[in-house]
Amino acid sequence: MIHAQGVTKYYGPLTGIEGVSFQVERGEVVGFLGPNGAGKSTTMRILTCYMPATAGTATIDGLDCFEQSLQVRSRIGYLPENVPLYTDLPVRRFLRFVASAKGVEGRKEKGEIDRVVAVCGLEKVAGRIIGHLSKGYRQRVGLAQALVNSPSVLILDDPTTGLDPSQIIEIRKLIKGLSERHTILLSSHILPEVAQICQRVIIMNKGRIIATDTPSNLTHQLQKSAHVNVEVKGAASPALMDAVHGLPGVLGVKHANDREGRFIVETDRAEDLRPHIARLLVERGESLLELKLMDLSLEDIFMQLVTEEKVQEEGSP
Amino acid sequence: MKGFVAVYRKELYSLFASAIFYVVAFTFLVIAGYFFYSNVAYYNIVSFQASQNPFALKQLNLTEMVLRPYFLNLSVVLLFMAPLLTMRLYAEERKTGTMELLFTYPFSDRTTVLAKFSAVVSAFVLILAATVPGIVFLHVVSEPNWKVVLSGYLGIFLMGSAFIALGLFTSSLTQNQIIAAVLSFGLLLMFWVIGWTGSFVEEEFHRVFQYLALTSHLDSFTKGVLDSRDIVYYLLFILFFLFLTLRQVESHRWRG
Repeated sequence: MIHAQGVTKYYGPLTGIEGVSFQVERGEVVGFLGPNGAGKSTTMRILTCYMPATAGTATIDGLDCFEQSLQVRSRIGYLPENVPLYTDLPVRRFLRFVASAKGVEGRKEKGEIDRVVAVCGLEKVAGRIIGHLSKGYRQRVGLAQALVNSPSVLILDDPTTGLDPSQIIEIRKLIKGLSERHTILLSSHILPEVAQICQRVIIMNKGRIIATDTPSNLTHQLQKSAHVNVEVKGAASPALMDAVHGLPGVLGVKHANDREGRFIVETDRAEDLRPHIARLLVERGESLLELKLMDLSLEDIFMQLVTEEKVQEEGSP
Repeated sequence: MKGFVAVYRKELYSLFASAIFYVVAFTFLVIAGYFFYSNVAYYNIVSFQASQNPFALKQLNLTEMVLRPYFLNLSVVLLFMAPLLTMRLYAEERKTGTMELLFTYPFSDRTTVLAKFSAVVSAFVLILAATVPGIVFLHVVSEPNWKVVLSGYLGIFLMGSAFIALGLFTSSLTQNQIIAAVLSFGLLLMFWVIGWTGSFVEEEFHRVFQYLALTSHLDSFTKGVLDSRDIVYYLLFILFFLFLTLRQVESHRWRG
């Protein structure tokens, strides 16, 4: 559905993105992840025909974003970063403009507007001037304008910035609901969010894609060692920790900072060492309170990827 | 054409929802009314005096003494007011980022330029229409030459549209509405006075400059003469600036 091949964009001497290639299949929900300035918005702006790429090709539904711009544009709904809206228009009037701009027929216009107003929960504010709305409602108006005329592809640039936690949850729910009917590409720098909504994640840094996979696969692949959280009753003695360290497959043991009875065992990923640890502790007469395998969060992976990049860069001449 | 109607309606709505339009219309009409009144009053006094003198009575001419100066006065007021109507057209879109919406909806940049231009021209026609009752009043008390009235309005309409085309262009140059207004006022003034170079440039240049000047082309309209050269001049002026606007807007895409 969305296909980018070697897309590159230079802003004068500055590099926006370089050699970005990826694919999104019909019906997928894909998240762009990356620190600020990684090139997420630039990629999205090229896909939405806002600006042409310096090199490479981007196609949506087989149509080239540069050559067949108008056809591409009628297939996408776009929520730009910072949600620019005509603040002097009332919500319904603005949506009418969008509907007629997107070529919704006059007869169907009212029905279509009612539909997006209902989907985005804007009934209460439909008659109010956009400039007077709260940030959360504006975000929804932005989403509503993207949904008008049911485009097959939705491109949402940071749909949850600046919202409070309950609004974020609502918008997420909304996006999840939309994924049944649309192919969605969204960007974010909030990791759990992407993990929750998206089936696949594209991690970008400094204008390049550094990893693409499902959130769980990414976690799996990048986890070089597993961490086991252990808590015993009373303080964990150094002797006990040495004994645990002596188990085959244990790479390291260190104190957790929060409680004196708690420590973290770093183990090889080849085997689950929890039964061995448990046995050892019981044999030594300790009262075991907790034994838990810790998964690396997307956040850790992200940091790992970004810092690995840095090390590589510094290492190469 | 769907996009055209959408943008046209949106622009008109924004215009009528903003205070700028009403302030401009109010000021324009008050000053236009003042000029109209003073011209008529002056004509009144002169005709009283002339009633003593049958020879002078024949010299009296409503067209020359009321209509012509009135239309020329209108053009001066317009020079000050037009930049205020056009300044927000693109500058605001750029400032608030809504340009990104316009650029990603399925219609061409040309459609947007034409729609924005047409919307402001429509609003301008509306303001101009509000000056018609004065002429009707003149018709009640005297016998104005209708051909002069019509051609005068056509001239003002073309000239105003030319101002708007230029204002649209300067608005596309910047994010700042005030800069857009000042630039368009400056450029208009330049085109206004460029014909006054007679005394210090050579004859051929002077003729070129005079042809370029906005003012010299209104003259024939106010005399009730429809000169194709003048109509072509205004149309070319409009097309030229609409073309520049289109190029300028398109260049935003490339510069990102």
